[in-house]
Amino acid sequence: MTNYQTRFGSLQDFDKGRVEIVDDDPKNYVFSNVFDVASSSAPYERVAVAKNFEYVIEAARAEGTSGWYAADHDEFVLCMDGEIEVHLVKLDKAAVEPGTQGATPLADMPQGRKMGRLVLRRGHMGLLPRGAAYRFHANQPGAMMIQTIEGLVTVQKWAEICQTAA
Amino acid sequence: MAMLESAGNASPSSENLARHTKVLPADNVNGYRSFEAGSFQFKRDEYFARITWPGGSHVIPVDYFLRALMRDIAWGFFYGTVNFDGVFGTTNHYGEVTMFAGLYNDAFRAAGRDFSERFPSDVLMPLFKTMIGDWTNEGYDPFAAPMETGGPWGRKHGANDEAVERARVTATRMVGLPGDTPVRTDANGFPVNRMFADVPQDAPVIEVEPGFENEVSAFNLFAYLSRSDVTWNPSVCSVVGDSLFCPTSEEFILPVDHGNDRCEWFVVLTDEIVWDVKDKASGKNRARVIMKAGDVSCMPADIRHTGYADKRAMLLVWENASSKIPEMIQKGEAPVVSVQF
Repeated sequence: MTNYQTRFGSLQDFDKGRVEIVDDDPKNYVFSNVFDVASSSAPYERVAVAKNFEYVIEAARAEGTSGWYAADHDEFVLCMDGEIEVHLVKLDKAAVEPGTQGATPLADMPQGRKMGRLVLRRGHMGLLPRGAAYRFHANQPGAMMIQTIEGLVTVQKWAEICQTAA
Repeated sequence: MAMLESAGNASPSSENLARHTKVLPADNVNGYRSFEAGSFQFKRDEYFARITWPGGSHVIPVDYFLRALMRDIAWGFFYGTVNFDGVFGTTNHYGEVTMFAGLYNDAFRAAGRDFSERFPSDVLMPLFKTMIGDWTNEGYDPFAAPMETGGPWGRKHGANDEAVERARVTATRMVGLPGDTPVRTDANGFPVNRMFADVPQDAPVIEVEPGFENEVSAFNLFAYLSRSDVTWNPSVCSVVGDSLFCPTSEEFILPVDHGNDRCEWFVVLTDEIVWDVKDKASGKNRARVIMKAGDVSCMPADIRHTGYADKRAMLLVWENASSKIPEMIQKGEAPVVSVQF
């Protein structure tokens, strides 16, 4: 039986593709790479790599312990490299105004009841539930994507991360 | 991708809809039924699907035709246009659907030889489902990669209803949550695909305090995708409002040339997928997008694309199923490019 090798990416080893232009502007394809973005970002800087109206996919470098966040809607985190812990707390009272979009950074340790903890490795997806506060922790640098809505913590630097020349 | 039930319907705009459909008796030689939809007729023989319409005809190898028809059915006519090949296809108006020959082909258009008819979606879909059921032989699965299924060729022999009637997977919040779409396992009929035998099957650590079992949850998405039994058929695995993560496993060729009517995002999670991008209306080449693990790219709303994957790859298709988008498309207000910079 033939053995196949699945090619994953990582912060240490990724091979970025490209847009080969025939007759178009490469910027139309908003082409970037999650590992490339995470490699050059500050820990937990949540950089938009995809945007569709108000919705975004953020890429982030996981390293050390993040601040606390909360959102008025579900979010999801997908670990793309490394091992990332997610700590969840059920807030005693809402930390963000109803209808607020995207993640809101919390100034202090949230008051509430401990919900649990996730440990995500490559390919693992976790729920960041509405009404909870969460923070990330990674002993070693890792990379993750977050399915969310554009908000206060979303960083947009498209010209820096995307292919602009043919 | 593939959540059109919740995508909302634009107001039907056509008053002269074709409503005629007919299933004809089985052919005495090949054993296959023929079909009529409006002025279109469909026949199959041992190797080909043959389509005729007033003033024209077309032939498509039946494996190409069945793979494309299967996706058109599974995706509910999908977002925008499903080109079965350079001549024949369907365009979704969300509640109505146009079936066309040569509508997006420069030569047909220039010669005035293109032909199209618009149907209520709920009139055309049952005919398509009957067609795929009749034309799919025992042992052939149009969702499967070519090396993982039998051939579609020959005279009518049996059927494969189990394959062509698969229910599409649509998580309502996230795969693996109590009451939502279950994770895939050997026990529930999803063995690891031969090309993903090296994908770790480990589960995330989940420590839950009592009372939070419905909210503290995680699953191994890569293991889930390694066990997909279909190709080029996205399924919803997580939902944030109208934002749908629709991952899928891809091998060989996307069986349609998908003409976008809205921006569509791709994130390649493993391996490599190459996209040929052409102008939606003319079919002229615009770009090739070579995507490797971690690459993110947007398909503009005015293109058609098809994809190629040698080694089975994991692709995250990211869709916005907002009900406002079909109306924006009708008014020409939907953005062609998602991000300007």
